[in-house]
Amino acid sequence: MKYFSLVWAGLWRKRTRTVFTMLSIVVAFLLFGLLQGINQGFNTVTSNLDVDRLYVSAKTNMTDGLPIAHLNRIKSVPGVRAVSLWTYFGGFYQKAQDPLPAFATDAQQLFSVYKDIKIKPEYLEAMRKTRTGVLLSEQLAKQRGWKVGDHIPVGTSIWTKKDGSSTWDFDIVGTFDVSKYGAGFPAFYLNYDYFNEASAFGQGVVHYYIVGIDDPHQAMRISQQIDALFANSTYETQTQTESALAVMQLKQLGDINFIANAIVGAVLFTLLFLTANTMMQSVRERTAELAVLKTLGFADGKVLLLVLTEALLLCLFAGMVGLALSSLVFETPALRQIFGDDFSMPLVVIVMGAGMALLLALVSGLPPAWRARQLNIVDALAGR
Amino acid sequence: MTAIVSLRNVKKSYLRGKQTVEVLHGVDLEIQASEFLGLMGPSGSGKTTMLNLIAGLDQPTSGEVVVSDKRIDKLSRGALADWRARHIGFIFQFYNLLPVLTAEANVEVPLLLTNLSRAQRRERVQTVLQLVGLADRAKHKPNELSGGQQQRVAIARAIVADPTLLVCDEPTGDLDRQSAEEIMNLLQALNRTQGKTIVMVTHDPRAAEYASRELHLDKGQLAHDARRVA
Ligand SMILES: Nc1ncnc2c1ncn2[C@@H]1O[C@H](COP(=O)(O)OP(=O)(O)OP(=O)(O)O)[C@@H](O)[C@H]1O
Ligand SMILES: [Mg+2]
Repeated sequence: MKYFSLVWAGLWRKRTRTVFTMLSIVVAFLLFGLLQGINQGFNTVTSNLDVDRLYVSAKTNMTDGLPIAHLNRIKSVPGVRAVSLWTYFGGFYQKAQDPLPAFATDAQQLFSVYKDIKIKPEYLEAMRKTRTGVLLSEQLAKQRGWKVGDHIPVGTSIWTKKDGSSTWDFDIVGTFDVSKYGAGFPAFYLNYDYFNEASAFGQGVVHYYIVGIDDPHQAMRISQQIDALFANSTYETQTQTESALAVMQLKQLGDINFIANAIVGAVLFTLLFLTANTMMQSVRERTAELAVLKTLGFADGKVLLLVLTEALLLCLFAGMVGLALSSLVFETPALRQIFGDDFSMPLVVIVMGAGMALLLALVSGLPPAWRARQLNIVDALAGR
Repeated sequence: MTAIVSLRNVKKSYLRGKQTVEVLHGVDLEIQASEFLGLMGPSGSGKTTMLNLIAGLDQPTSGEVVVSDKRIDKLSRGALADWRARHIGFIFQFYNLLPVLTAEANVEVPLLLTNLSRAQRRERVQTVLQLVGLADRAKHKPNELSGGQQQRVAIARAIVADPTLLVCDEPTGDLDRQSAEEIMNLLQALNRTQGKTIVMVTHDPRAAEYASRELHLDKGQLAHDARRVA
């Protein structure tokens, strides 16, 4: 510790150069933290969507829909715990430009399939009792300024009612917390039974059956068995795990993993040269000073450590600042919206980042440190 | 009087390209404790080379170097570093202070290698800075000091760890006449009042006057004894 002042002074020998090198390292690690964090974020979101759920949709196209008659047959497959359904309702609030993605469902079953949605039992009960009831996510309620007991008209351009009107009147009977599943999760549910009764057409259409299963290891077998049930019928099915579905939906983001790693790799590689160059230059410039330290009795190993510590200090400090900044970015609303409120910078990214900074320091610091170690006092003092 | 430094038939050669060049051709020398030795000689005669051998910065090709009853010509690099820290104070022509450190931090550097506490180090640094008359410049960086002041900081650094021997390579070589005199007075005082043994290489006859003994080195050979002052 008593050598700290020596190391510190050495580090700040060329102030501007050190500041710029530090800034580059900070920016690089900010980038590293962001990309790896986002990467991890997607992994978390997709793995929260666990494989104890299966999705059954029409083999031809999801929008073609499946008959409600499939429900009981799917339930009969061994290993199936509960089956709920989604029928896409669409909808808008007051004007068509203000969409309100809504789904008709069997709420009791839905919340038993999605075990991690938090809802008060009395809300679920109210939903069962109120034909025109709707449940919506707390996030949506907050965003719209709606609360339980509110009465809201929802317009639709698809599902006209039997009475000819295209405005459905709903009563908000409860809210639920869906943050565990990220922001993309459907947030507005009406009763399927009511929808079926009141809609002028399209009775018995289901876009997705959501199947809760007992044992994730059985996902493959159950999927195949469900699809086999309806093979060669008018309404053939395609059964997928939720992760597979989510991964497919995320595909438009490209191979995030690969891109993140490629960028980070390129940046760190460049950084390596930059830092190594800074360190090497700084050691070259003070050949005489290092020779003086050795003259005064600093052993070769000690001089090596001094230089190496400088590199460590530079890289670890700047790296940590970069990672801290990127962690802060994950607390911003923009990213919260993607990954849910629970998500913050994963520890593994910080640890990985610290490891990278350490590696950077060693790789860029060792050559100049070794050079300092090998320095011959007599030659260096004579300027040879 | 006992010899604090003995060189016995010391030879030193360097490899220049493929050729071996002998710079010191078998030097014999004894330096007594509390002596102030002035070493003069033409450029290239081997003065710095000899000083480096005495100070344990370099090793002879053959011969013996004994300082304070210890053979140092066969010590390893690491052992020599330790030994220098405990026994030698260095003063150079161009001061060789660390430019990023304040005067007091520069003076403290040799003490970092001891196991003195922070407070003890502080105290010693203040004492020697006072001794060289620079207590009021403790917080200044070298580039804020004159050449003479920098050399005094260097002297403070050389004596702070209380070494057996001070070696000076042209300590006034870069100074104007007045600063040179101040520095020489300081070295002489250290020699006379504190009994420091000093070996000084110099080109400056005025500086050499301050020494208690003068030796001449010519083409790698000592021309024994010019003058001895009481
Ligand atoms: N490491 C080395 N490699 C090759 N030659 C060297 C080396 N060190 C010293 N010499 C040579 O040895 C001779 C004596 O050098 P030295 O530095 O001891 O002279 P000096 O008496 O101190 O001269 P000056 O008064 O100019 O400082 C010179 O010719 C020098 O070139
Ligand atoms: Mg010389």
